[in-house]
Amino acid sequence: MRKLIKRILATGLPTLPLPALPARMADTDAVTAFRAQVGRAIAVRHVDAGSCNACELEIHAANNIYYNLARLGVHFVASPRHADVLLVTGPVSRHMVNALHDAYAAMPAPKLVLAFGDCAAGCGVHCANYATVGRVADVIPVDITLPGCPPTPLALVDALHRLASAKTAPD
Amino acid sequence: MPKTSGFDAHLTRLDGPLPAWQAVVDHTAWRAGCASCRADGGHLASLWGTDARHAGKGFLVHALLAWTGRLVWLSTQAGDTALHYPDISDLFPAAARLQRAMTDLLGLACVSADTRPWLRHGAWSATDFPLRDDFMTATASEAPYPFVRVAGEGVHEIAVGPIHAGIIESGHFRFSVVGDDVLRLESRLGYLHKGVEKALGALPPAQAVRLAGRICGDSTVAYALAYAMAVEALDGYTVAPRAQALRALLLERERIANHLGDIGAICGDGGLAFGQAQFGLLKEHWLQAQQPLFGHRYLMDTITVGGVACDLGAADAAAMTAQCHELANALHELEEIISDHAGLQERFLGTGRVTAEQVEQYDGVGLIARAAGVRRDLRLEFPHAPYADLPVEDTRHPVGDVAARVALRFAEIHAALRLICRILATLPEGPLATAPGTARRTCALGGAEGWRGEVFVTLERHAAGGPHRVHVHDPSWQNWPLLELAALDGLVPDFPLINKSFNLAYSGHDL
Repeated sequence: MRKLIKRILATGLPTLPLPALPARMADTDAVTAFRAQVGRAIAVRHVDAGSCNACELEIHAANNIYYNLARLGVHFVASPRHADVLLVTGPVSRHMVNALHDAYAAMPAPKLVLAFGDCAAGCGVHCANYATVGRVADVIPVDITLPGCPPTPLALVDALHRLASAKTAPD
Repeated sequence: MPKTSGFDAHLTRLDGPLPAWQAVVDHTAWRAGCASCRADGGHLASLWGTDARHAGKGFLVHALLAWTGRLVWLSTQAGDTALHYPDISDLFPAAARLQRAMTDLLGLACVSADTRPWLRHGAWSATDFPLRDDFMTATASEAPYPFVRVAGEGVHEIAVGPIHAGIIESGHFRFSVVGDDVLRLESRLGYLHKGVEKALGALPPAQAVRLAGRICGDSTVAYALAYAMAVEALDGYTVAPRAQALRALLLERERIANHLGDIGAICGDGGLAFGQAQFGLLKEHWLQAQQPLFGHRYLMDTITVGGVACDLGAADAAAMTAQCHELANALHELEEIISDHAGLQERFLGTGRVTAEQVEQYDGVGLIARAAGVRRDLRLEFPHAPYADLPVEDTRHPVGDVAARVALRFAEIHAALRLICRILATLPEGPLATAPGTARRTCALGGAEGWRGEVFVTLERHAAGGPHRVHVHDPSWQNWPLLELAALDGLVPDFPLINKSFNLAYSGHDL
C-alpha cells in the first residue's frame, strides 16, 4: 500500500490542460438546440459499426488520465436509453445496420450522432461493397463528423467540449 | 522435404523468409497430411478456399499446417460438381468455424457436424458466394441463428451483444447459466465482416498494404507486414537489412503498446482503477513518442511493400533506448504493486483457466497458448528474417489463468524492450526500400507474430496479370473457442475480466 501511494504521489497531475474551445464551426440547428438544452454532463453511447478497432483505441485514450474526458462531465454509458450522443465508428457493415438502427431508436431526444473517423465519414479505406454500406450518414442522421484514421483523442475532446459548453464558442 | 510421419507428398519450398512448403494433393492425401500433422503435434494455422476456375484449377481448399518446424501449405481441389472436400474438424476443432466461413464465402462444403452459417448473417443469401469471380450482387436474407440450447431445470440464457456495454468491438455472446454459474458460452461473430479479402484482391499492392494495415487496427504492423512479406515473396523482392530490422522494431513497439493497454484494462476490470490510470498513462506516453518518429500513433502505414516508410537517426535511437530503460523501471515498480495487491490477485488467480492440453487440442496460438505453457511463437518456431538473428526469448507461463496472462504480458514487454534495445544497438546501414525482382511466383506466404499471435497472409496469382487471391488469418480464429472454454464453470461476473485477459480480435476475425 505504501508503494501504491508513493506511486500516486510521484505521478502528480499528468492531465493535459484543457485546450481553449475550438474555433466555431457552423452549428446545425440540431447541434444548437442540443447545446442549449443539454449543457454539461453529456452521456455518450459508443457503437462499433464495422471499425478496425483503431478508432476504439483512440476513444479509450480520450478517457485516459492524460486527456481525461471525464473532467468535461462526459461519461460513457452502457445503454443507448441513457445516452445523449451516439458515437459511431466504422464503415457501417451490413451486419451492423439493424443494431445501429436499434441503438439510435432507443435514444431519447434530444440526441446527436457523432461519426468518428474516416470510415464513418465515408472517406476511409473500407469502401461500400457486398458486406459494407459505407458512411454512417447513409444509415442514421449524422450531426458531427470527425475525420482521421483514426481521429486523435484531442479531436474527440474538442468536439465534446464544444457540445458540453453552454457558452457560445468564440468566432 | 520435412520429416513427417505417414505422409509422403512432394513438397515444394516457397520463396520468402518463412520456412514454408507447398503441395497440391488429392482428397485422401490432403486429409492424411492433416492427420499426420496432428499426430506429430502440429497445429492448424489456417484453412481457406479460393476460386481458381480462371486458371482451370476449379475451387481449391487450402490448409496451412504448422508442422515440425515448417509451415506446410497443403491444397486440394474441391470436387467438380458437389464442391466437397474432406472434413478435418475432427482432427482440428479450430477448423469447424473456418469450414463454415468457407461455405459462406465460396459455397465449398464438407460433411461436418455444424453446418450453420458463420460469417454470413443477412447481407447475402445462402446461394450468393462473394469470393467467387462470378459473384455480382447479394440478396439480403435474414434468418434467425440457432444457438445451441442447454436443457435442464433452472437454465436460462443471457444474450450479450452485438453492441456491448463498454467501448468494445461488436460481437455476440450467448451464456447458458444456472444462477451465476456459466454452463456454456457460445459466441457468434461476423458482425464486422467488411469483405476485405475481396477488396484486397482488387487493389494494387501499394494500396492494398494500407488496407491490410486497417483490418485490425491494434495489429496494423503485424497485418501490413504479413501482407508485404507475401507480396515480396510473390514478386521476388529482397528486403534490405535496415528495413528488416526496423520492421522488427515496429512489431515489438506494437506489442508493447497493446500489452500496456491490456494490463491497464485488466486491472480496471479487476477493480483497481490505479492500475488502469497508470498503464493508460504509460501507453499514452509510448504512443506520443511514436507520432513524431513514425508519423502515426499506432504506426499505420509504416510498413510498405519492399521496405519501410520511416527511419531513425542516431539521436532518435539514443532517445528510444533511454525510453525503453525508463519504461522497464516503471514496470518493475508497478508489477510489484499489482502482485502485492491481495484484492486484485484474488480476482486473477485461478480465474478463466485454460490448460496446456486444451491449447494443444484446440490449436490455440500466440499469447494465450504461451500463457498456458505451450510454445507457440512464429519468431521461435519458424525462424525468419530478421528474428532469426535476434535473441527472441521463450516467454511462457505454466498456469493459464488471468494471473498468468497478466504476468506473461509483463514478461513479454520486458523481452520486447530488450529486443528493441538490441535492434537499436545493431541497426544496419543501408536502404529502406527495394524494387521488385524478376521472379514471379504463383503462391506466397507472409506471416508475423503480432502481439496476439501469428497473423498470416497468403497470396495466389495463378495466371500472369491475373487476379490476386488474398487470404488473411487472425490468431483469434483458434483462440475464440478457448475463451468459451475458459468461461465454463466460472461466474458470469468474472467473464468481462476473462474476456479482457484474452482480448481477442473481432474485426481481424470477421474481416
